[in-house]
Amino acid sequence: MKYLCLIYDNEKTWETMSKEESGAIYGEYYAFTEGIKKSGHYLGGNPLQPTQTASTVRVRQGKISTTDGPFAETKEQLGGYYLIESKDLNEAIQLASRIPAARTGSIEIRPVMAIE
Amino acid sequence: MPEEGSIAGDNARATTEPAEFIGALYRSDSRRVLATLIRLLGGFELAEEAMHDAFIAALESWPRTGVPQNPRAWLISAGRFKAIDRLRRGARFDAALVAIADQLEANAPPVLECADDEANHGIEDDRLRLIFTCCHPALTPDARIALTLREVCALGTEEIASAFLVPAPTLAQRIVRAKGKIRDAKIPYQVPAREELAERLDAVLQVIYLVFNEGYSASLGDSVTRHDLSSEAIRLGRLLTELLPEPEVLGLLGLMLLHDARRPARTSADGDLILLHEQDRSLWNQQQIRDGAALVERALASRRFGPYTLQAAIAAVHADAAAAEATDWQQIVGLYDVLLRVEASPVVELNRAAAVAMRDGPQAGLALIDAILARGELAEYFLAHSARADLCRRLGRVPEAIAAYRRALELAKQVPERRFLERRIAELQNASKAL
Repeated sequence: MKYLCLIYDNEKTWETMSKEESGAIYGEYYAFTEGIKKSGHYLGGNPLQPTQTASTVRVRQGKISTTDGPFAETKEQLGGYYLIESKDLNEAIQLASRIPAARTGSIEIRPVMAIE
Repeated sequence: MPEEGSIAGDNARATTEPAEFIGALYRSDSRRVLATLIRLLGGFELAEEAMHDAFIAALESWPRTGVPQNPRAWLISAGRFKAIDRLRRGARFDAALVAIADQLEANAPPVLECADDEANHGIEDDRLRLIFTCCHPALTPDARIALTLREVCALGTEEIASAFLVPAPTLAQRIVRAKGKIRDAKIPYQVPAREELAERLDAVLQVIYLVFNEGYSASLGDSVTRHDLSSEAIRLGRLLTELLPEPEVLGLLGLMLLHDARRPARTSADGDLILLHEQDRSLWNQQQIRDGAALVERALASRRFGPYTLQAAIAAVHADAAAAEATDWQQIVGLYDVLLRVEASPVVELNRAAAVAMRDGPQAGLALIDAILARGELAEYFLAHSARADLCRRLGRVPEAIAAYRRALELAKQVPERRFLERRIAELQNASKAL
């Protein structure tokens, strides 16, 4: 079963971090990613550029409208994701709890819908 | 191990009519059959249909063939075949069902092939699986309660809805959504691994305690159904004690028994609330108190106890006092101190303050309550204001006491609690007029 783990955290904290602090977190992400690659749970994953680089697109009455940024202001922003393979939700919860941002932000786990 | 409530191994079948026996078996064992069928068939809906089909099949064949040697195994096996039949019939419309039916048929259930004891052990594990799945923290708290009462306790949707004062369609939808999430997010049907057990058991105990409190706080007036929730929670507590005798499981059952033992003394004939120190202690259920206290002792002896055991220990100290004046407040304050270390919460602090007031006098308790209220956390909690009012009353600060009772009255929701507060306000007003 595939699950998408959406990583939500306050992106502003990255701006206030020292090089050493952010380096340590990158290190943790690297170790986590390597770990789930070895255990066969990793299918994909990427960090995202901050929300100031985001664009939102809608099509209404056939017309494209593009606006700056995400549609809602929230304390935590989507900052990256992992796509994992896991046997059930309990295993997915255990894996997601090891993502570094789980300690400061939150991880939303969404089962991927299978389309035959 | 004796099985709570089961009659499957009983020799009752020798003396009763099969139909009658099947009716009794449905009440005592349908949840066990269901729990195992969910594991074998991999889903709630299919298992529920299969379980009903199996009992119908029993009604048809047992009067002719006699009751089988192991009725429960017979029902599980019949349910499984009925489910495969159902899938095959549906398969005319959906080819994917053929594959599922084939797979189910190939995976013969190991349960029926082992010796009776082993089979029963597996079945008891299935009941734990069912409880842990219904109380999974990924479900909303409301859904956990509804699902547990529906699937584990076999209460009807209508019954649960009226007990929780929500419309039946709302409750039915809650259950459908929860089952949908179990299926779509693939919540596994299993007892959690050791490293997850503490967190997951907490969620189960919370469901049981919420059900109990829902019944306990409303065991008054017109709410007969709600009051049954307490008995249901105690039944669940006993079941869990039998399946997984962890210290906090014992502690919670002890707590519920000790509270429930006081139920006959909690209300007057007119349905008015009677506070602990004014209760007629001869009405307390002594057998339940002994059972509760014994569970508390077992839990404390384990040295792995937590907040439920400590609250139960406090209730046991109260129960131990022959009269309100004989209460060992020193010990109660001490237990609250430990409880605060285990689980700091403003409500526990408030209760500790009330105990301190009994040990050291109302002034000492009032200072603590005022400090808690000043932090703002309990500003909207009616019991904080009514506790404050009570201490002011005992200190002779009448206008302050009346104001605090009025604030409590604005926040209180239950009719008996409101009547109690109104009565206190009237008493104080009359007393101050008489002066």
